[in-house]
Amino acid sequence: MRFGPLRAMVRKDLLLFFSDRRSVIVAFVVPIAIASFFGSIFSGTSTSEPARIKIAVVDRDSSVISRGILASVQADRTLAITQPTEEAARDEVKGGKTSVAVIIPKDFGNASGKAFLGIGPHPTLELLFDPSRRTELAMVRGILSGHVIEAVSREMFGGAQGRALIDASVSGAQQAPGGAGQSAALVQMLRAVQGYYNMQPDSGAAASPAPSGLVMPYAIREEAVTSGANVKYNGYAHSFGGMAVQFLLFAMANLGIDMLLERQRGLWMRLRSAPLARNTLLAGKALSGTIISLMTLWVSFAFAMIVFRVRIEGSILGFVAISISCAIMAATFGLLVAALGKTPATARGVTTLAVLMMVMLGGAWVPTFVFPAWLQQATKVVPVRWAVDGFDSMTWRGLGLRDALPPTAVLLGFALVFGLIAANRFRWEES
Amino acid sequence: MLEIRNLRKTFGTLVAVDDVSFTVRRGELVGLLGPNGAGKTTTVSMIAGLLTPSRGDVLIDGRPLAGDTDPAKRRIGLVPQDLALYDELSARENLRFFGSLYDLQGTALDDAMHAALTLVGLADRVGDKVKNFSGGMKRRLNLAAGLLHDPDILLLDEPTVGVDPQSRNAIFENLETLRGRGKALLYTTHYMEEVERLADRIVVIDHGRVLADDTLAGLKARGTEVDGKPASLESVFLSLTGRSLRD
Repeated sequence: MRFGPLRAMVRKDLLLFFSDRRSVIVAFVVPIAIASFFGSIFSGTSTSEPARIKIAVVDRDSSVISRGILASVQADRTLAITQPTEEAARDEVKGGKTSVAVIIPKDFGNASGKAFLGIGPHPTLELLFDPSRRTELAMVRGILSGHVIEAVSREMFGGAQGRALIDASVSGAQQAPGGAGQSAALVQMLRAVQGYYNMQPDSGAAASPAPSGLVMPYAIREEAVTSGANVKYNGYAHSFGGMAVQFLLFAMANLGIDMLLERQRGLWMRLRSAPLARNTLLAGKALSGTIISLMTLWVSFAFAMIVFRVRIEGSILGFVAISISCAIMAATFGLLVAALGKTPATARGVTTLAVLMMVMLGGAWVPTFVFPAWLQQATKVVPVRWAVDGFDSMTWRGLGLRDALPPTAVLLGFALVFGLIAANRFRWEES
Repeated sequence: MLEIRNLRKTFGTLVAVDDVSFTVRRGELVGLLGPNGAGKTTTVSMIAGLLTPSRGDVLIDGRPLAGDTDPAKRRIGLVPQDLALYDELSARENLRFFGSLYDLQGTALDDAMHAALTLVGLADRVGDKVKNFSGGMKRRLNLAAGLLHDPDILLLDEPTVGVDPQSRNAIFENLETLRGRGKALLYTTHYMEEVERLADRIVVIDHGRVLADDTLAGLKARGTEVDGKPASLESVFLSLTGRSLRD
């Protein structure tokens, strides 16, 4: 391979790239702008309060227990509670203003107390939810369970409503089905609870402590596991990695389309008439594409480091290896576009779709853990997934060089496949 | 210097060029004349190495061209029909790039650029971007790009398409100068007056086959005199290729 022509081709492509204002904006400015926006939304370093889940509570019971549930959910920092009418709550959910509406039915307090003691059926809490926000429904369901158990048990083990229920339940339990032995045991348990009440001061007394019921039998200490004990998660690291990969793919798709334009304008004829090997021509394009891709990546990350304090907490060598392999992969993707595209117009449409699919499935926009399990596995065939995960590993996760090897190898593998297909399918003859 | 021997090119069932043979000697300008779709560009593309012949040979000084990297390709300069230039780059940047493909660099490249630009009258516009050039200037720069590496053989594929009379005349003068320097020039066109002015010999081609290979006088002698005047090249051309319209 002759290096003089190779160098000339790279120099020419770089000159053309920097002379095209649109290319420069797409490669450098747009990814920085979008990554900054996404980063500000998802970054854990933000000091603003996290968004609360909006839920509407309709209390048709107004018992001590239902009011206890309401007070408990109102105190929860993950929820934003409104108390509309049932009709208004339904409208709020329908209009997307509220994720979930909880309807506490009439007599819920009594029924839940009996169900708690095992002497009555379970009453039903009705949840109206927005079908587009099922994830929030699952979260509300879990949070609500804790609050209901706490409110019901608190009342049953010390509240006035609980005492009245126990008294009424003792006589009911004597006639309960299930055999004399079981009835006797149940009555014995209820009498023990009555005895417990009698040892307590009147719950209505001013000096009485707040009744206690079942509480969570554990406390939680949360620790975000990042690269170090005092290193906070920086969401900008992920967003800049994802957006840089997305836009370098767009830049390389453009490089491929430019090759089709060169063919259309007769420039390829002039290149082919020179005594150059075919692999020199393709290598020249791949090399200039790799350099432009690397610039896109590193300018984006440099901006993120200076402005948003993103750091390579892991291996710098690993970061460089992933960057280079990602850039080569993107450059060969550009060659693939040039080889498979028939005209610039059709290639532009198809590659835009292909790039968008790759970045969506690769987790460049949103992390892949939000995908269904099967899709998380399936996206491993998307090179963007390996690039984005690799950059995450080397930046905020703080992993070492060893962890950079799999993404590097896979990205180089994709580059090899793309390059071979491009070389094999490239139309060398000018008809 | 350039010998085309029994060239044939097929695309599927279409025979684009069939058994074409002719020669271009040093200091000679041969006009390859034919209607649209006759096979002129396909022939030039095979000579320049852009297409692999289905059969036949392209010989330079008796030696067949062999593959993309054959050093003998340095002896060929191509001036394609399209304006094969980068609009966003300056004339200097364009020529620097095309010269580098032939391993020209440093002073040799600067000298070659200066000589080519002086020949085509663009030496004073070397720093201007090509997108700001007129059509005629682009055509002349297109010619200069094919001359940079000082080839012995110049292939010109309809090099005057869409230019004004002044630029056309300037290109003709450039070609006459090059012929005077001993270059072998193959000039494809379907304009009669161009080959009448420039060509030492004319090869008439149609449907991929050579119909005539002669001097202008020889071709005219094949025609029928009208009112005591010799036949025109156009009448001979039409009698050879027919009067049916072409796509």
